[in-house]
Amino acid sequence: MNGLALLIPIALGLGLLGLAAFFWSLRRGQFDDLDGAALRIFVEDEEEGAA
Amino acid sequence: MTAVALIERDFAVPDIRCAGCIAKLEQGLVRDRRIASARVNFTEKRVHLSCVPDAEMPDLIGAFTTLGFEAHPIGNALGDADPAAADSRELLRAVAVSGFAMMNIMLLSVSVWSGASGATRDLFHWLSAMIALPTIAYAGRPFFRSAWRALRHRQTNMDVPISIGVLITTGLSLFETATSGPHAYFDGVVMLLFFLLCGRWLDSVMRDRARGGVTALLRNMGTGAMVLGDDGKSRWTDATALEPGMVMLVAAGERLAADGAVLRGTSRLDLSLLTGESAPQLVRVDDRVHAGTLNLDAPIEVRVSAVGGDTALADIARLMGEAAQGKSRYVRIADRAARLYAPAVHALALLAFIGWMIAGAGWHHSLLIAVAVLIITCPCALGLAVPAAQIVAAGALMRVGVLIKDGSALERLAEVDRAMIDKTGTLTLGRPEARDLERLDPQLQSLALALAQASRHPLSEALTRGLQALDVARPDVHSIRETPGFGVEAKWGDHIVTLGRPGDPVEGDALATQLSIDGALAATIGFADRLRPDARAAMDALRADGIDVSILSGDRAAAVAPVARELAMTAQTGMSPQDKLAALARQSAAHRVLMIGDGLNDGPALAAGHASMAPGSASDVGKNAADCIFLGDRLMPIVAALRMARRTQAIVRQNFVLAIGYNVIAVPLAFLGYVTPLVAALAMSGSSLIVVGNAMRLKRAIR
Repeated sequence: MNGLALLIPIALGLGLLGLAAFFWSLRRGQFDDLDGAALRIFVEDEEEGAA
Repeated sequence: MTAVALIERDFAVPDIRCAGCIAKLEQGLVRDRRIASARVNFTEKRVHLSCVPDAEMPDLIGAFTTLGFEAHPIGNALGDADPAAADSRELLRAVAVSGFAMMNIMLLSVSVWSGASGATRDLFHWLSAMIALPTIAYAGRPFFRSAWRALRHRQTNMDVPISIGVLITTGLSLFETATSGPHAYFDGVVMLLFFLLCGRWLDSVMRDRARGGVTALLRNMGTGAMVLGDDGKSRWTDATALEPGMVMLVAAGERLAADGAVLRGTSRLDLSLLTGESAPQLVRVDDRVHAGTLNLDAPIEVRVSAVGGDTALADIARLMGEAAQGKSRYVRIADRAARLYAPAVHALALLAFIGWMIAGAGWHHSLLIAVAVLIITCPCALGLAVPAAQIVAAGALMRVGVLIKDGSALERLAEVDRAMIDKTGTLTLGRPEARDLERLDPQLQSLALALAQASRHPLSEALTRGLQALDVARPDVHSIRETPGFGVEAKWGDHIVTLGRPGDPVEGDALATQLSIDGALAATIGFADRLRPDARAAMDALRADGIDVSILSGDRAAAVAPVARELAMTAQTGMSPQDKLAALARQSAAHRVLMIGDGLNDGPALAAGHASMAPGSASDVGKNAADCIFLGDRLMPIVAALRMARRTQAIVRQNFVLAIGYNVIAVPLAFLGYVTPLVAALAMSGSSLIVVGNAMRLKRAIR
């Protein structure tokens, strides 16, 4: 029973952490452009001031 | 950068195709000093700009043009919270919450199933209840709302049995928990919500995606005109800010933003989007001109007489409103199924309750069994079966260039057995194409290309397109000069070459341009609208699929006849928007009609058709009214869309059969009282996975 008192809050806490992280990323617009994210890896960064 | 308050603007850029485009736009745009940052959204083909407040719209569009992209401003990014997008966001949040709750409750439930008893089981049940109750209150809202709406109108839909099932099951589980009973169905309820929300969310994602695509295509949104001020200077004015009495300058190749009368200048207008008429119309001073028409020849000044909703097109809008009502009466297949399903399910649950009461099981036990029946029969697989199939189909179609606006469009498309097709712009390309270019002397070809490239006139652009396809070399010409309304002039060695309007106008439907060297006529190049390259093949394919095709054109019989002959179709010609609507209504009595058209004049017919399609080059009205939009010059996507719709419908029906089959096995078990929360959870997830898996098969169907 003592173990449960520790483990259940941990399990719930971790789950809530994941949920919060998801909401955070949703609000930051990380899911707005899924196809674009796949392509951005090919984009070369331009050096600052190179232009 | 000083601390100037930046303003945000959104642009639709349909030509974003690859990573290179993203890099080019994001890095190229910020080189313009007025633009602080640019962010590309590839999925929606949009660019979001932060720019200084005094950056004018034409300058910003110019910045795109210098990078080689065509951009169309969309709305104002400030404060226009898109209700549909907000909707799917809320759904996604509900999916996340219910997913989180489902996993945690399942964790507790697994311990209960594996033998926790006594105080531990009660503790776990209480914990489950604490997680489940807020989740149901939050994630269940979309269902409760829609069920309440339906009940208030004395109808039922899918959400009525869902809401009743969820509420009764939650209530009973709470009672079980309070009385230390062995069976709490919190896991089942939350899992049900999770799966159903997934289905709902998929449905709304599909609508969002298509809507994004359509907005990117809308050309006239946020357009405007150069307006001549009192001080004689011209300024760019948004279409929304135009007022009657203003004088707008319309350059050759520009579309009119408002109705009006010609004040100065003579030109020819392309009316094809408005009336379907393929021959350009000559307009002189005092002639009335309409918004949406394309100025072909020379710059004109137009005094605005009506704007926005007051334009002559308001009539068409009214017709469309009436025509669209028929479509809103269409009941989607899932709701049609629910009409039979809901009473059957509730009757079954009631029967189980009464049966066990009569058998003397006591009301508690009888109620438990009735709830098990409700949970098992809850249309979890059904709620997922339809949207899963439709989103896979829409995704596959999007890759071949067809945008489907929503799931019901796919359902209606699958039912059509007759197609009525507009000619100008739909069967034909709807733009002038240079004729007989390959017969031209190579020397003249290259001269024509050099001159045509220097001009943005629609005919020059058509000529450039045609000649570039022939792979023509560019000669060395210099001092190129364009005179609006007349043509382009340049020096080629010692000669002066001109490309321009024929000296004596070739009357009638022939658009032409003439190439002269030192004032002597060297060649006359004619232009004509052409059939889309695969029109015949597409029509044959439609006929092979059992769909009757016919032409519904606003053009003259003489212009339609050759097209009808070449495609072996029957045709009705010279039709007004009302005529088209009437023709459609006559057919609708016995057939499900697919309307395909592009013009404003097709708008009412598109809205009235059982299903409708428009090419990407269509008028905004056409694109807004149509259920699907196909991109590119080819017609074959129509056939692909139809076949896909039918295939999707077949998969949906299979999914229904699967779901019913699962009920046939599971309901008797529930009836007999063998369905514990564990069995319910297994059955529910199992059947959902099966229907989703079946829907995935559509992914490969397009090839």
